[in-house]
Amino acid sequence: MNGNDFTFVLDGENIRFEPGQTIMEAATQAGIYIPHLCYHADYRPRGSCKLCTVKINGRFGSACTMPVQPGMQIDNDTDELTAMRRRLVQMLFVEGNHYCPHCEKSGNCQLQAVAYHVGMTDSHYPHFYPLRQLDASHPDMLLDRDRCIACELCVRASLESDGKAVFGLAGRGSRTRVVVNSESGLLGDSDFSADDVAARICPTGALIPKREAYLRPIGARQYDLRDIAHNAPPDPPSPEQMP
Amino acid sequence: MSKLRIATCSLAGCFGCHMSFLDLDEQLAGLAEQIELDRSPLTDIKHLAGDGIDIGLIEGGVCNAENVHTLREFRSRCRILVAVGACALTGGVPALRNGIPLAACLGEAYLHGPGIEAAGVPDDPELPLLLDRVYPLHEVVRIDHVLPGCPPPAAAFHALLTAIIAGQPPALEYALRRFD
Ligand code: SF4
Ligand code: SF4
Ligand code: FES
Repeated sequence: MNGNDFTFVLDGENIRFEPGQTIMEAATQAGIYIPHLCYHADYRPRGSCKLCTVKINGRFGSACTMPVQPGMQIDNDTDELTAMRRRLVQMLFVEGNHYCPHCEKSGNCQLQAVAYHVGMTDSHYPHFYPLRQLDASHPDMLLDRDRCIACELCVRASLESDGKAVFGLAGRGSRTRVVVNSESGLLGDSDFSADDVAARICPTGALIPKREAYLRPIGARQYDLRDIAHNAPPDPPSPEQMP
Repeated sequence: MSKLRIATCSLAGCFGCHMSFLDLDEQLAGLAEQIELDRSPLTDIKHLAGDGIDIGLIEGGVCNAENVHTLREFRSRCRILVAVGACALTGGVPALRNGIPLAACLGEAYLHGPGIEAAGVPDDPELPLLLDRVYPLHEVVRIDHVLPGCPPPAAAFHALLTAIIAGQPPALEYALRRFD
C-alpha cells in the first residue's frame, strides 16, 4: 500500500476517502447509508446512540467517530448488525413514551424511520412508561420529553449554530433528560426562537414547532413510501405548505 | 384442505383493527374459502372452540383482570397468537393513563371531575378490576407474530393470513410495516 492509497472496504466494496474523514463521512459521501441518530453532518460527532456501530476489522466501533484508515475492512449492512441495531432502537422506544399514532412527527421522524429500516415491528422489551415533563411554555415551540432520545443535537445546534446555550443534558442513564437554560427551567423563559437552527434539528418529535402538526397527509410524508436509506432527512415545511 | 380456524377479540382497543380487517372487502370472500371464524365480535361466538384454534388475532392492550383471563385463554387455545395494532404492541392510547396512579384516574372520572352527579367509584362485582396500568400483550403472554399500525392496513392482515395459510413465515413489506 502506498501513501496515496486512500481506499477502504465497506461491505465488500472499495470506497475512496479523504484523509481525516470518519467512516460515516466517507460512507455518506459514497452514497452508502449507515443508520444513525445522534450524528449530523453539521456538528461534531457525539457517539452516544451507537446505532452506527459497524464491524471494523472484526471489532465493533462507531462509524460516526472512527476515522477511516487505508485498507480498513468494514461490515455495515449485515444481518448481525441489523439485529443488534433493532434491539438498540427497541430500547429507545421502551425507555421513552412513543405513541406514534398520535405523534405530530410520525411519518417524518428519523427514530421511526430507522426503526422501519432495521425491521422493528414490536417493542420486544417491557415498556418503562417513564414520567417526564412536557414543556409547552414557548409560544412557537413544544418540548415533549416523552419522545426525547438524548441525542444532544439540540444542545450542539444551539451552541454551535445559534451562539446560544438553550439546551443541556442532565442526569445519567435512562434518566438523562434535556434541560433548558432559563431561570424557571421553562422554554418560554429562555432566549430560544423558532428561527434557531436548533428548532429544526430534533430527529424525533421531542422538540417541534407548534401549528405545523399533521400538515402533510399520510402517504405524502417523508418516510411513508421510502426507506430512510434512500431518503434525505426531511426538509422543514415550506411557507406555502403552512395553513 | 381443511379450513384454518381463526378467533379474534378486542381487549383495551377501539375495534379499529377489526374494522381495518373488514376493509379487505371482496378479498374476504377469497379468504373465507380458506378460513373459518370461531370466537370473534364478527360472529358473536362467546367461547373459543375446545379443540383448539389455529390463529388468534388480538387487538388492544391489557387493562383489566378480564383482559388477562381472555388473553391467557387465547394463548392456551391458539396455535399461533398475533398481536394486532399499536395498543396490543405498546398499550397505545389507553396506556396514556400509565403515568397517573389508578386512584387518581378513578377519582377524576367518578369523584371529582366536571359534571359528576352521585359521585362514587363503581364497585359492581360484575365489573372487572382495573390493573395498575395498561400492558402490551407481550408483557403478559408469549406472542408469535405482530401486525403494527393504528390500525394495521387491511393488506397487512391479508399478507399475514395468506403467508400462514401457505405455511410460510409472515413478512410485511415496507408500506405495511407502519406504527401509525
Ligand atoms: S417521536 Fe417518532 S418514534 Fe416517537 S412517537 Fe413520535 S413518531 Fe413515534
Ligand atoms: S430534544 Fe430532540 S434534539 Fe434534543 S436531545 Fe432530545 S431528541 Fe435530541
Ligand atoms: S450516530 Fe454514531 S453513535 Fe449515534
